[in-house]
Amino acid sequence: MSTAAAARLAADTPGFLSPTGVEVLFLLVGVVTLGAAIVSVTSRRLVHAALWLVVALGGIAVEYLLLSAEFIAWVQVLIYVGSVVVLLLFGLMLTKAPMGRSPDADSGNRPVALAVAVTAAVTLVTVVVDAFHSTWIDLDDGGPQGTTRVTGEILFRHWVLPFEALSLLLLAALVGAIVLSRRKDGRTGGENGGER
Amino acid sequence: MTTTTLAVLVPLLPFLGAVAGLLLGRRLPAYTRPLAVLPTLTSAVLAVVVALRQGGDEPLTGAALLTPTGNDALPIELAFHLDGFAVLVAVLVGVVASCVQIYSTGYLRDDPRYPSYAALVSLFTAAMLLVVYSDDLIVLLVGWEVMGICSYFLVGHYWETPAARAASLKAFLVTKLGDVPFLIGVLALGSEAGTFRISTIVTRLASPLSSFELAHPTVIALLLLAGVAGKSAQFPLHTWLPDAMAGPTPVSALIHAATMVAAGVYFVARLLPVFTASTAALIVLAAVAAVTMVGSALAALAQDDVKRVLAYSTVGQLGYMIGALAVADRGAAVFHLVSHGVFKALLFLAAGVLIHAAGTNSLAAMSRMSGLAKRVPDAYWTMTVALLALAAVPPFAGFFSKEAVLGAAEHAVTGPVTGPAAGVAGAAGVPAVAGWTVLLAGLLTALLTAAYAARLWLLAFHGRGEEAPDLGRPPAVMNTVLWVLAGPTIAAGLLYGALPDWFDGGSLAPTLTTSVLATGLAVAGFLTVHAVWRHGTAKAAARVPLGAVAAHPDAAPSPSSPGPSVPRFSTSEVEAIATHQAVYGDIAAADDPADPARRLLGPLHRHAARGFHLDAVYAAVAVRPVRAAARLVRFLDREVVDTYVNGAGGTARLLGAAVRRAQTGNAQTYLGVLLAGSLVLAVAAALVAAGA
Amino acid sequence: MHLAYPAVLAALLFCTGLYGVLARRNAILVLMSVELMLNAVNLNLVAFDVWLRDALHAGQALTLFTIAVAAAEIGIGLAIVLLVYRNRGTSDIDRLRALAETDKPTEPTDARAGAPTDTADTESDGAGVAAGTDGAGGTRPTRGEATA
Repeated sequence: MSTAAAARLAADTPGFLSPTGVEVLFLLVGVVTLGAAIVSVTSRRLVHAALWLVVALGGIAVEYLLLSAEFIAWVQVLIYVGSVVVLLLFGLMLTKAPMGRSPDADSGNRPVALAVAVTAAVTLVTVVVDAFHSTWIDLDDGGPQGTTRVTGEILFRHWVLPFEALSLLLLAALVGAIVLSRRKDGRTGGENGGER
Repeated sequence: MTTTTLAVLVPLLPFLGAVAGLLLGRRLPAYTRPLAVLPTLTSAVLAVVVALRQGGDEPLTGAALLTPTGNDALPIELAFHLDGFAVLVAVLVGVVASCVQIYSTGYLRDDPRYPSYAALVSLFTAAMLLVVYSDDLIVLLVGWEVMGICSYFLVGHYWETPAARAASLKAFLVTKLGDVPFLIGVLALGSEAGTFRISTIVTRLASPLSSFELAHPTVIALLLLAGVAGKSAQFPLHTWLPDAMAGPTPVSALIHAATMVAAGVYFVARLLPVFTASTAALIVLAAVAAVTMVGSALAALAQDDVKRVLAYSTVGQLGYMIGALAVADRGAAVFHLVSHGVFKALLFLAAGVLIHAAGTNSLAAMSRMSGLAKRVPDAYWTMTVALLALAAVPPFAGFFSKEAVLGAAEHAVTGPVTGPAAGVAGAAGVPAVAGWTVLLAGLLTALLTAAYAARLWLLAFHGRGEEAPDLGRPPAVMNTVLWVLAGPTIAAGLLYGALPDWFDGGSLAPTLTTSVLATGLAVAGFLTVHAVWRHGTAKAAARVPLGAVAAHPDAAPSPSSPGPSVPRFSTSEVEAIATHQAVYGDIAAADDPADPARRLLGPLHRHAARGFHLDAVYAAVAVRPVRAAARLVRFLDREVVDTYVNGAGGTARLLGAAVRRAQTGNAQTYLGVLLAGSLVLAVAAALVAAGA
Repeated sequence: MHLAYPAVLAALLFCTGLYGVLARRNAILVLMSVELMLNAVNLNLVAFDVWLRDALHAGQALTLFTIAVAAAEIGIGLAIVLLVYRNRGTSDIDRLRALAETDKPTEPTDARAGAPTDTADTESDGAGVAAGTDGAGGTRPTRGEATA
């Protein structure tokens, strides 16, 4: 993209210094989401980390709403906030994770992780900003894009086959999870005897 | 069946017997003995039939193309050529092999390795018959080498003893030392003559009509002579034969007396025109024969082991045959080959009985036992007959055949080549010096032969001292074989009138001069030894107990008390071999002052007992340089080559250790490194895209 | 709305999840971080779908599928973590070092104890390997042998 074209595009789109209401809301929710995510991956209390994850996932659901993807937002709330986090909490309990502060929540790999993550963040943000700093999403005209009606229509008109295949995948995952976690009969559970 | 078919069957039957024996020996032990004896026996009968049908007439030949070679003019053919020599030697081989197989059923009846032994003897017989019948040099070479490898296995039959292991290796290496030049000589002869067919070569060389001559007769003859010397145990390649006595006695009888060692003589007899084409080769042949005869006779006089005495005497008798060939009389050579094959097989088989009966193979120990002759009367009488034949006392077989040799030598000395040699030798004359060499050495050897035969007989059967241990009677089958062989030993010599029909036609009748001379010398030798033995040593033997002879008296074989370990007639020969060295400090000699040979030979005895230190010479010339070279190679391998190898390995280990430190097993570390790497790639891709 | 906002937010969320995956010790927390990364991707998908006004709404459909797959993944993942915890007594990732390269080779008896167990018996397999390592797994190496 040449500089002249970039300048013309920049002239067509509103600047960053005069945000719309949706943008302000998106930013605020985004900050909360990001903060919750950061706390979730750094917290030393494992259950708290899971709960902060709820906040982060809920924030993302709000962002979906702001992006007019209504159905996905509710699916997000239902599946992630409703079931995945509950599953994770069960997992924490079943593995007897400590409820209080556990000083060894982070492994010795932390400096490497930090370096990789920060570098990746810098790189990605640089690239993304450089690529999309002048791209504008027109949310208003053309009607809503993610209502349940629209989503249902495209899902069952164009994406039926993948959808059905996905059902098979879910079934397989269900069976697999059961097989994996099933306790063998006639086997003593040892110290894990009472965990289920 | 035609004679051709029968002739093909003769070598084939023992071969099939050997294959069957090797395949079935372990699974069907009951069939081992029939499989060993019957094919050989049938083959012997067929050989006799073939000999009778051939009857000394025109040679019978037949050929089938075996395989083409690179040279179309030089095919290898599965050919046989049955003249009088071939059929008679085949009869000898068949008869002796049958006798040995039958004898072995008794001699080795408790041996756990009997099946493989019998199969190898059969295979050996087949190979020897192939050599005898074959008309193609390459096929003959195959049989020749098969005999070599069978000999290796059979000499090493008692591989539990280090002596047998060493002897088998030595036999193999020494004969191979001769076989390499032999192979070169065969190829050279084939390429110069334009064929591998022996009969064709002989015809071309001997025919007065053809002007064919070999370009390098001396070189070829000497190359072939090397192989012959190795196989027929001629000086200087004879050293393996005395050591080969570590094998079972029947093997010694078959291989190292009657057949395999005769193969070299037979080969020269077949190809005699090649040798007579070169005067130098004949002189070398004569010199080799003379040195072998005299040296081996002296060595035989000093040996303590019965079988080694016989082994050295074999070497000497083979020297006679080579001597006959050196004066270009192959009839005499093959005559002596046949008669010697019979009486030497008998000697060895009787010696086997004797060793079992005495529980020792040491003459020094036997000379201190009385009544050994009564224990084994069959062995005593047959051995006496065979020793008389060996000493060439008329009218036994050895007399006539040896006189034929001496007569041929006399012919070569006294006049122009006439008579026996003229038929084969063609225009080539036999140098008189060869005749003189053979004649004088032969006469001297006749004296010595009688001497050591007398010594063997006196020490073994007329010992004085304690009663010989009663180790039971030998199996009847062994005695029967002895008497079967004793027949031809006594009577075979009378065939001298009939044999020329089978051979080249030259007279084999003894001449008066040499007969009187040789017989007189033999009698003189016997009388000398007897006198020395009687007046000196017989008394000394009584005074010197066996313990004084033994280097380690504690280990002395105690003849008076055989002990519970030898309750019956099955004293293992391997024990006798194994104890000899331990007792006397030497495998060959015993330091016995009562030995008549010690007085006769004087200072020479010590050297003669050790085969004139030829082994030491070999050790200095060949063994030590090879060992030094091996040490050098080992040093280079360890210090130089291995350094590189170890260095390569060490570097890889170091690198591996470095890489291994990264393998912590922590999946997070792996993932971190993976992501960092992909991040670097992504950044690089972004930078390249931006910079482009 | 500027596309940069959701894109940057997604990138940052993704890197946060990345940090969590690499730094967390507890396997369940690692799974949580993986969820964060998946959500970041989802956010991107939705934002670009809206921006591009795709007639088929491939981005939103794919988001739905991703959510479903993520649900399946969390189910299977938790089952595996539970299994590991049950066998090893721990779900700490940096203590599951059976793959580590040790100076002395694993004893052959252990390898044989683990090898012949078929019938998808991951449990005994884990026990067989655990006999070679330290930690709580060493307390019951007999389980693998009992199956074998």
